[in-house]
Amino acid sequence: MENTKYMNPYYAGLLLGLLLLTTIYITGRGLGASGAFKSAAVATVESVAPAHAENSKFYADYSKEHEGSPLKNWLVFEVVGVIIGAFISGMMSGRLTWKLEKGPRVSSKTRIAAAVIGGILWGIGSQLGRGCTSGSALSGLAVMSAGGIITMFAIFGAAYSFAYFFRKFWI
Amino acid sequence: MGPLVPDIIGNDLNFIVALVIGILFGMILEQAGFSTSKKLVGLFYGYDFTVLRVFFTAGVTAMVGVIALAHFGLLDMNLIYINPTFLTSAIVGGLIMGLGFVIGGFCPGTSVCAAAIGKIDAIVFVIGAYLGVLIFAETYPLWEELYFAQNLGNPQLFSMLGISQSLFAFLFVLIALFAFFFVSIIENKANGIKEPAIRFTPYYISIAVVGFALAISAFFFPNKKESLLKESNNQSILQSYELDYISVDELSCRLMSDDKRIQIFDFRSSEEYEKQPLPKSTLFTIENLFEKEPSKLLHLRHKKNILIGSDELEAKRIGYIAKELGFKNIRVLKGGFAEFQKSILDFAPASALASNDVSEKDIYRFRFRASQRLPLLIKESKPSGAVKKTQKRIVGGC
Repeated sequence: MENTKYMNPYYAGLLLGLLLLTTIYITGRGLGASGAFKSAAVATVESVAPAHAENSKFYADYSKEHEGSPLKNWLVFEVVGVIIGAFISGMMSGRLTWKLEKGPRVSSKTRIAAAVIGGILWGIGSQLGRGCTSGSALSGLAVMSAGGIITMFAIFGAAYSFAYFFRKFWI
Repeated sequence: MGPLVPDIIGNDLNFIVALVIGILFGMILEQAGFSTSKKLVGLFYGYDFTVLRVFFTAGVTAMVGVIALAHFGLLDMNLIYINPTFLTSAIVGGLIMGLGFVIGGFCPGTSVCAAAIGKIDAIVFVIGAYLGVLIFAETYPLWEELYFAQNLGNPQLFSMLGISQSLFAFLFVLIALFAFFFVSIIENKANGIKEPAIRFTPYYISIAVVGFALAISAFFFPNKKESLLKESNNQSILQSYELDYISVDELSCRLMSDDKRIQIFDFRSSEEYEKQPLPKSTLFTIENLFEKEPSKLLHLRHKKNILIGSDELEAKRIGYIAKELGFKNIRVLKGGFAEFQKSILDFAPASALASNDVSEKDIYRFRFRASQRLPLLIKESKPSGAVKKTQKRIVGGC
């Protein structure tokens, strides 16, 4: 069975929960991911089109709330860590390979297009949800935030509702 | 008391902490199998519920952990980031993300993790997510109204539901356990496994036992603030509770001799306080007693902390809460400010002594002197005002 290569899910969940708890205890905030994408996007626009960044409300609001470079951000450092950690883990378990993963009934082109579209939807959705699965749903659940838990149910609810229409992508 | 940032861990060191936490986060995600889209979307098609198991185990572990840390006074819930609730935006955003999940096969965190080990679909997803933020940023005016609609502040779900924190956590852990049981049945069906999903093996029994213990433990860590505030309104608890008192006369004496070893915490309303502030007193609220920064003042060594309530009952309540929270060197003004007002400030010399008792005569003379002197001191005193709070809630989120 392929599954045996991976860690027991309850054990992994326990470790992840303890890591999240430690993070909250030390830093007062939870884990996250989409914030780093936001920082990267803001940093790009600020350096490529500074005039546009100054005049556009989204970037202006961002720089008002955050001092210094948008890349000097807690989540950017954390996500760089995620890349390093996942790479180390993949290396230890012999999973470092270039591979396009897709369902058996779908072409590579479709998979690539779907991945881009899925990514774009997450990019937009995570702004509205003020965080993604990690920052809003998981970290929100840990501190029992109403907004975080509502977003969590919306994510999983929508995924289940739409799953039928995209079943060709996966099974 | 946590959070350790920014007092114990500075803001720059915090970036190193972020990196280390990220590395562990990435390793756990990868080891759990979150670096493959086929495994991730398995939960939406019934063949692999790893994501659900990891996610909810992590969520309930951290949740009960947070409750326990707050209960033992190790974490100030007023300082940690509680994701704000903008209801419309939270739901719409979640729906869009859910759609993105079944189409793209990842969420942002897992895509980074999968991209790191060379999954091409994940790398493409990461680029897509980056573009998505740019699209949102460029079309921000279109979203703005929705983005800020129905701002409910930072409520915690249990208070919105009107149940206690402990009950909420207990129910949530039970729901998670039930979900684990339920999805195992679906998973076996989808994969054509004939064995029953849950068997009485040490493995399943231990998961059930640990899970149930976690659920029950929520009741062992009641919200200290909630229960203390409730108990402090209970007359019979207060009546038999032992507190150290300071009399109005002793307080007057110490005030007149400008005693440097006392600190006065005035719990009256700010209007009353401003009208008659005692020399060198600090305006305090019961809320402050539970907060990390204001309560530091009460921990100063070699200082006697004098707590002043508006009347006898209020003084007792405050003393009870402070002592239960473990503050040392606490003296409560007997009778509260009302008694101080009556016996000292409004001392009526006319109420001449009938008794010939020596000590009562002394008290009479003392109070007479105090009633002349203290109003002047109060007039001259520059109150230090409300206790200062420089720490603000940490800003987190994505």
